[in-house]
Amino acid sequence: MTALKNTFRELIQYPSAVLGTLTILLLLGIAAYALATIPYDEAVRQWRGGEDVWYQNPKYAAPAWYNFFSKTKKPVSFKASTVDGGMTKTVTAASADISSVDMAYSFEYDYDAPPQEITLYFTTTFDQKLPFASVVLVTPDGREIKIGKMAVDRKTTYRVSQDLKLQKSLKTERVMNALFTNPDTGKMVKGTYQLRIEGTTFESKSGMDAELVLHGDLYGLAGTDKYRRDLLLPLLYGTPIALAFGLVAALGTAFLTMIIAAIGTWYGGWIDELIQRITEVNLVLPFLAILIMVGTFYSRSIWLMLGITILLGIFGGSIKSYRAIFLQSKEASYIEAARAYGASSGRIIFTYLIPRMVPLLIPTLVSSVPGYVFLEASLAVLGLGDPLLPTWGKVINDAFADGALYQGRYYWVLEPAVLLMFTGLGFAMLGFALDRIFNPRLRDM
Amino acid sequence: MSTESLSAPTQDSSVPKKIASNSAVVRVMKFTAIRIVTMMITVAIGVYLTILIANMGGYVDTIMRNEIREGTTMGILANPQYRNLTTEAKQELIQKKIASEEKRLGLDQPFAIRSMRYLGNSLVLNLGRAQRMISDHGSKEVRLILLERLPATLLLAGVSQLLLFFGSIFIALPLSRKYGSWLDKLTIALSPTSSVPAWFYGIFFILIFAAILKILPFGGLVDSPPPTNSFDYGLNVLKHLILPASSLIVSSVFLSIYSWRTFFLIYSSEDYVEVAKAKGLPPRDVENRYILRPTLPTIITNFALLVIALWTGFTITETVFVWPGLGITLYRAIGAYDTPVIVGSTIIYAYLLALTVLLLDFVYALVDPRVKVGAGSPQ
Repeated sequence: MTALKNTFRELIQYPSAVLGTLTILLLLGIAAYALATIPYDEAVRQWRGGEDVWYQNPKYAAPAWYNFFSKTKKPVSFKASTVDGGMTKTVTAASADISSVDMAYSFEYDYDAPPQEITLYFTTTFDQKLPFASVVLVTPDGREIKIGKMAVDRKTTYRVSQDLKLQKSLKTERVMNALFTNPDTGKMVKGTYQLRIEGTTFESKSGMDAELVLHGDLYGLAGTDKYRRDLLLPLLYGTPIALAFGLVAALGTAFLTMIIAAIGTWYGGWIDELIQRITEVNLVLPFLAILIMVGTFYSRSIWLMLGITILLGIFGGSIKSYRAIFLQSKEASYIEAARAYGASSGRIIFTYLIPRMVPLLIPTLVSSVPGYVFLEASLAVLGLGDPLLPTWGKVINDAFADGALYQGRYYWVLEPAVLLMFTGLGFAMLGFALDRIFNPRLRDM
Repeated sequence: MSTESLSAPTQDSSVPKKIASNSAVVRVMKFTAIRIVTMMITVAIGVYLTILIANMGGYVDTIMRNEIREGTTMGILANPQYRNLTTEAKQELIQKKIASEEKRLGLDQPFAIRSMRYLGNSLVLNLGRAQRMISDHGSKEVRLILLERLPATLLLAGVSQLLLFFGSIFIALPLSRKYGSWLDKLTIALSPTSSVPAWFYGIFFILIFAAILKILPFGGLVDSPPPTNSFDYGLNVLKHLILPASSLIVSSVFLSIYSWRTFFLIYSSEDYVEVAKAKGLPPRDVENRYILRPTLPTIITNFALLVIALWTGFTITETVFVWPGLGITLYRAIGAYDTPVIVGSTIIYAYLLALTVLLLDFVYALVDPRVKVGAGSPQ
């Protein structure tokens, strides 16, 4: 316990260690939040769901915080629905059968460009007579624009800019421009807009709900991709996956390597010889090529990749350096003492040899995490990312496949890249500081 | 792989041992023979494992059979020449074509025999013909496919790794002399940046220099169409080389300097260095004779490993920069299930590695008077 305390006291003297620890804690917090709010199945469903899940989002929208850095404010997407109360809805019965459903939504529009599209999704219930709706937009400068009138079926999607009648009445094909600019000056009109839907239902049990979706150029905290997916999902959910992959691979490889090295040196003879030969064969095997082969031929599951990474990593070059240290400590007097009181080989290996090595292992362990985190991303960049899970590497791969950098959609690449970078640097900085604490030879250097 | 050069140079801990009996020649011969035999066995096992993995327990055979069946059937049904044939005649033709195609790819033989043939051929460096891949000049020879890509890889990997290696040693040496200076502290502070792989820096470089500043190309080897004049061509290739090479260098330079500096620092605190300094030798001589000389085996080992690592190329960096090197070829070969190309590239790497390890034993004996070939364990 005191050793731990001392280590900690030394650790906080290194600013890089403090910074690295904070980064790791932050990432762990994000990971915990992601796992707590989005269950595994839900994450997979949302990521793989397609248009059904993401229909409300605009395509290729940059994150909303773009406006902080730019002089011209681009419109931010939003949605409002009568179901969850975002949009007001009042039902007044006119007679036994006929009632009017008035829905309204007011929104601030202070942006310097008109939106891409306004879409209304109606859901109605009726027996035979279709309900009727007319849509009106009230602009801040007092204009009341009749957008459209229609009979609405059970599920109706109404896209404002594609309404030919509206195009005709506004005398332009650029409907959004006409709606959001002053017809005389041609300048954007900023302020509070109100969208009103005056609905009428013709049956006693008939009902009507509407959802307003405005597609701007920006969306949410992270933006969206080609498939309208909210990038916040992979950014959030990629954190636990990246950490799990990195930590499990680092821990698994390090501990298994150490156990094998300890067993080899303790028993010596043919076991040691065999382990050394396997290490040499493993040196010849092309590591990345094997991972690519497994990914291409067999399965791209991230957990399989993890298993193979550990398997190939166990007999890596570090087995030789562990062996050298074990050979020394094998001769130590406390081992002699253990042997004298009749301890079994297993006991000596697992309670005497290995625990002494753990402090030496910790810096290496922490420093090797980034390598594995990036390995996952590298595989994803080669198109071998997990087909189901949302990961950072997948986002980068999607962005590259779509030529995001050529087309100036930098946010698409930068967001996962920055997260990856933080993860890598966080673990590397902590690992470096630990290395200097645990390896006294490096301390004054 | 760059990891070879990344890992901190390890100290050579060979202990001098005296063997009185046996004449030196016999000892060296015996040692060499044993080394070569074990190396060959190691290489053979490694390559055979690669062949096994490249086949995935017959899984790849099934994929290839299905592809042949589909391709042949479609080809014959769509060919207007065969339109007049009856259905039976067509079926017979299809079967015949499938059989001949399977024979060409060796699929008519069981995998055990085929794998042994791959192994035997590759061990004698008869790389054979690719199953699907074709070199830019239209050849199916694996040798030609690989040779065609070698210059691009050597250019990228060679330039970046040699600059990195010698650059970091020559920066590290004076740095180790004035450790504790702000420059030294800066190197230490920056060394965690090497946890980020090269392709990742590549993305940022592309973003800054190609997408925003528009002064360097996004990727590729030359412009399309390439300049006709060979001087312009070379200049153009260099221009394309800047971004991938600098991302390879930036991704490991600080850790590399840091490791070498620490390594030199450990050696320069040896007593004999102190004595040399006390004698009043100029720092240059101290560095050359008392620090560089004893550390030469490690430097040579690292350099040798680096040179053979060039052969594998940098698959992901090459992919990100669309650089037509060996790494990307291997990646494509895997995608095309082209076992001969995969095995060919593996066997060459394995041989280079084995040869280097073997040669290093002798080089150690040459540069380090304490080491004798065949005495004790040099590794």
